[in-house]
Amino acid sequence: MGKFGKEFAKGLILSNPVFVLALGLCPALAISTSIDNALGMTLAVLIVLLGSNIIIAAIRGFVPSITRIPIFIVVIATLVTVVNLIFHAYLPDMYESLGIFLPLVVVNCIILGRAEAFASKNPILHSIADALGITVGFMLALLMISFIRQILGTGSLSVFGFDFFTLPVLGEHPIVIFVLPYGAFLIIGLLMALFKRTGVMKGE
Amino acid sequence: MNELIAIFLGMVLINNFILVRFLGLCPFFGVSKKLGPAISMGVAVTFVMTIASVATWLIRNYILIPFDIEYMNIVIFILVIATLVQIIELFIKKTNIGLYFAFGIYLPLITTNCAVLGITLINATQNYSFGGSVVAALGGGLGFTLVLAMMSGIREKLELANTPKSMRGLPIAFLIAALLGLAFSGFGGMI
Repeated sequence: MGKFGKEFAKGLILSNPVFVLALGLCPALAISTSIDNALGMTLAVLIVLLGSNIIIAAIRGFVPSITRIPIFIVVIATLVTVVNLIFHAYLPDMYESLGIFLPLVVVNCIILGRAEAFASKNPILHSIADALGITVGFMLALLMISFIRQILGTGSLSVFGFDFFTLPVLGEHPIVIFVLPYGAFLIIGLLMALFKRTGVMKGE
Repeated sequence: MNELIAIFLGMVLINNFILVRFLGLCPFFGVSKKLGPAISMGVAVTFVMTIASVATWLIRNYILIPFDIEYMNIVIFILVIATLVQIIELFIKKTNIGLYFAFGIYLPLITTNCAVLGITLINATQNYSFGGSVVAALGGGLGFTLVLAMMSGIREKLELANTPKSMRGLPIAFLIAALLGLAFSGFGGMI
């Protein structure tokens, strides 16, 4: 079980997909306007990454290495289609607000990257741990960005319709730029600089 | 005609692929260190986006919709794009070896570029006509190239600037992207 824990912990900080590996930036920036969206995206990535890691680890013995990338992409695309249909049926609001980024999970570099770099070389159990660790790392990054953006951009914190608090001045005069696209670049740039400064993230 | 111009301007300036839609960020930060490669990448992406739009429009309107299997969008589109990139690579290698070396590694990388799958999905969800899809792809690609070229020009200058140590590399690139985005937001009320 030691290896399981190690693979899980690795994805959290040391190889955090967003901040350290700079993978999956498109969804991290685009859907981090609210915590709801961040959690929905995490759910989609969790299902797809877990499924693709399990399937690819299971078939890694029979896949000829020359055609492995197309096979991986078909596996991932099928899983994404499944997730799309599930979201459309059971979480229609989430489906609307994630919009084009739900089908775009297919080309999220995190998923193909883990399939290629990890699941195609490791047994199923370790691949599950890897998928969970990377997803939690992805979730932490998304939550961090969307938390800051939501508080500064709307002046209040609410998750799935449940209001936590509204800030006194910011609630009436929110800094709208933070929920607009440009705010995403600003926040993620400052967060990366902060992580470099504190030494969590290695310099180039 | 007016509709096509509106689509084109909207794609290039207002809903810019990189700054507003957040599509194609990996090449945006990966290939924007020098102006030359940035423009090659932009041209390659525009080229593949346009051909992919034509191919997926035909497949969607003549196969997927008549047979009522539109939910297969994602799987079909990604396969079409992957195949197209391979064919284009072979074709360019046979016909124009200079162009092949100019594109270099960027051509195979385009398969996993979300801008290409993005434009095909946008065309599908917006239900653009054939002309609309092509114009949208050209506009999207042009907007992508424009911002990529601007970014790489700025980053070339930035090499000489005395940036704080923890801001060097990606962080400052993100801040510049934020400023570029703000500048582009001025186009917002155009249409």
